[in-house]
Amino acid sequence: MSDLQKSRNSLTRDAWRRLCRNRMALLGMVTIVVLVLLCLFAPIISPYAEDAQNLELGAAPPSPAHIMGTDYTGRDVFTRVLYGGRVSFAVALCATAVSLLIGVAYGAIAGFFGGVVDSIMMRIVDIMYALPYVLFVILLLALFGRNFMLLFLAIGAVEWLSMARIVRGQVMSIKQQDFVEACRALAVKKRRTIFKHILPNVLGPIIVYMTLTIPSVMLLEAFLSFLGLGIPDPDSSWGKLINYGAQHMEEHPWLLIGPGAVLSLTLFSLNFVGDGLRDALDPRTAED
Amino acid sequence: MTRLIVWRIFEAVLTLLAIATITFFLVRIAPGGPFTSERGVTPQILENINAHYGLDKPMVIQYANYLKGLAQGDMGPSFKYANRSVNELLLEAFPVSMELGAYALIFAMIIGMLSGLLAAYRPNSWMDYTPMSFAMAGICIPSFVLGPLLALVFGVYLGWFNVTGWNYPDDRILPTITLGAIYAAYVARLTRGGMLEVMGQDYIRTARAKGVKESMVVLRHGLRVGILPVVSFIGPAAAGLITGSFVVEKIFRIPGLGTIIVNAALNRDYFLILGGVLFYGGLLVLLNLLVDLLLLWLDPKMRARASA
Repeated sequence: MSDLQKSRNSLTRDAWRRLCRNRMALLGMVTIVVLVLLCLFAPIISPYAEDAQNLELGAAPPSPAHIMGTDYTGRDVFTRVLYGGRVSFAVALCATAVSLLIGVAYGAIAGFFGGVVDSIMMRIVDIMYALPYVLFVILLLALFGRNFMLLFLAIGAVEWLSMARIVRGQVMSIKQQDFVEACRALAVKKRRTIFKHILPNVLGPIIVYMTLTIPSVMLLEAFLSFLGLGIPDPDSSWGKLINYGAQHMEEHPWLLIGPGAVLSLTLFSLNFVGDGLRDALDPRTAED
Repeated sequence: MTRLIVWRIFEAVLTLLAIATITFFLVRIAPGGPFTSERGVTPQILENINAHYGLDKPMVIQYANYLKGLAQGDMGPSFKYANRSVNELLLEAFPVSMELGAYALIFAMIIGMLSGLLAAYRPNSWMDYTPMSFAMAGICIPSFVLGPLLALVFGVYLGWFNVTGWNYPDDRILPTITLGAIYAAYVARLTRGGMLEVMGQDYIRTARAKGVKESMVVLRHGLRVGILPVVSFIGPAAAGLITGSFVVEKIFRIPGLGTIIVNAALNRDYFLILGGVLFYGGLLVLLNLLVDLLLLWLDPKMRARASA
């Protein structure tokens, strides 16, 4: 056991070293950490309250006091971006968690049992892949009104399909190995075999796919907020701020540029981290 | 081979049926009806209206009736646009969305493949890094940021194009770029990856050894196989173009299908929502089917597997 532990640790250390050698991934990681910290400590960092209006000032271009400018009612755009970032990150994490739970369990069960169970389960995934999912999300939110829980569930439900496919493929190859045979010989329960013994070995691909899911979820949330279907009022998210900015860009372009730049920077960084992690955890693909 | 095609068509029909069923019941369990917001409607009149459209019958019967109409190509009446059928409304908006989507796809293919080829021809040089940096930027800047920015720079500041609208040939340019940019980026990355892999293969060396012209080697021998990842990307790309057009139609105020569907959902215009979603779904399923057939035609290995 201690040997196994050691080899596993060195594998992790190897991956970590490879990741650190990838400068873009490292830069991305630092950027994300800084952004998350800024959003978390928004009340300390920003001297303004989220909804503090300054009607005398009105919409002012960026200045030392308001680095991203202010909107019509004199609210500081940078402060609003920080508070909006809390919502955007929270939605991204929760929806990713939903897709992770469904996708991993579904994929693991399909891969472990194989045969008829597997073909039926994967056919269902194939058919669901072909559905115009985003359309359903739009419909759902338009019909039932904007609601946080619905948003998480809807986004999570869209994103679990690929995760299920990836996990299934990995589980299929791992279940051929001796230690799974040993579990069966020892009469370990199937559920325990899947979740305690097989899944920890699939952790690498799961983590990689998760880091790539987060930016796509953020994008989807911003997309829905932009259509006016996302986060309910009075909360704001980056998508909502961009929507607001786009409506007023002709007179006050900074309302669009600030939030747009922050969202793009975040997506940029997350994608680099995801790519870097994939290369670090799977040296085979690193050669491309 | 024939079996595969028949199976694929069967699967397509099944998918469409699933879309119709889910949408039908989703729309019905949502609170509010199409006529609840009408003012001055007595319960008696409301009952008559519902009876007129067959909304008073049990849900299952309504569902069966809808499917029966669908099989005959009739998507039912619209509730909000009196005396107009869903077929008419969709056929009016569809050419607009279709045009936008087609332009964006063509733009993405041409720009993406050219830059991908360029990058793969001299990997790890400036000819590789420049287009690939643009591709990374294209992937990370969402259309709802890019669109307003383009409108701001080229519409407001430079005054080259109209900021919104869909009336003149010029009006097509900014929406096309906005919608197509991210797919151009993906196509560039896929082309580069595919070409890099192919150009290292033995048969390429054979072709060169036989003295085939370099342009022929790249374009005829290389591209035909190197393009396969791009071809299989057309399906998902089309799906993305379809949903992406919701945003682009909103930014540039284009009267297309996306606008119709969002408004129909807000108005509870049952048959129009159903028709719109089915129309999009059908388009998607058809495109995926075509892509699969195209792949079979392009890839000898896959053909062998299919007939085995």
